[in-house]
Amino acid sequence: MIRVVVQPEQIDQAAEFAAIMAAGVGGIATFAGVVRADDGVTTLELEHYPGATEAALRRLADEAHGRWSLAAASVVHRVGVMRPGELVVFVGTAAAHRGAALEACAFLIDRLKTEAPFWKRETRGDSARWVEPRDGDSHAAARWDADPS
Amino acid sequence: MAIELLYFSWVREAIGTGAETVDPPAGLARVSDLIDWLATRSEGHASAFADRTRLRAAVDQVFVGLDAPLGHAREVAIFPPVTGG
Repeated sequence: MIRVVVQPEQIDQAAEFAAIMAAGVGGIATFAGVVRADDGVTTLELEHYPGATEAALRRLADEAHGRWSLAAASVVHRVGVMRPGELVVFVGTAAAHRGAALEACAFLIDRLKTEAPFWKRETRGDSARWVEPRDGDSHAAARWDADPS
Repeated sequence: MAIELLYFSWVREAIGTGAETVDPPAGLARVSDLIDWLATRSEGHASAFADRTRLRAAVDQVFVGLDAPLGHAREVAIFPPVTGG
């Protein structure tokens, strides 16, 4: 099962977890990204490139599925306006054993951050600014370049 | 040949629109040549494209470097580095 969704609605983490559980295998890993209230952020807005975003997520999910022999992979990303405490992204992987599930989950969120066309804008009161990419994000993504297998 | 351009994030804000159709002159070999030409269209374009190190691009929804050939592109998107997740 590969599930890739870009949606303005809130992410239903219980339903997303259940969809991964339904693969019926022994190891499940999930990552949930939450809107932080850093420095008084009141809202976070996510813009994306319709069509190209879904295709980029699908490519990553397909790559993870093949590389770690996953039974299931989900990438659900929210767009539009959201508030601190709400989920931005949910990544779930299911495999026969924990190692594959955990690695594939980390691969998906690391690569998503550098390869999927989303842009964040933070609003604090009356001022808004576009979020700059962090150097650490490209290093985290690069660690998956060399396939150890 | 007409090209559909898409802009995102602060590139879109600087230019003042998220999409426009343009008919560039023949002979633009690379994405960077298209950006050079677009930068002459308005002050907003010039400002959005002033620092090329902050720009990324996709040609027909395939992510490419700015030195990539333009070919017979139908859709070109220009945007800042991505910040999702």
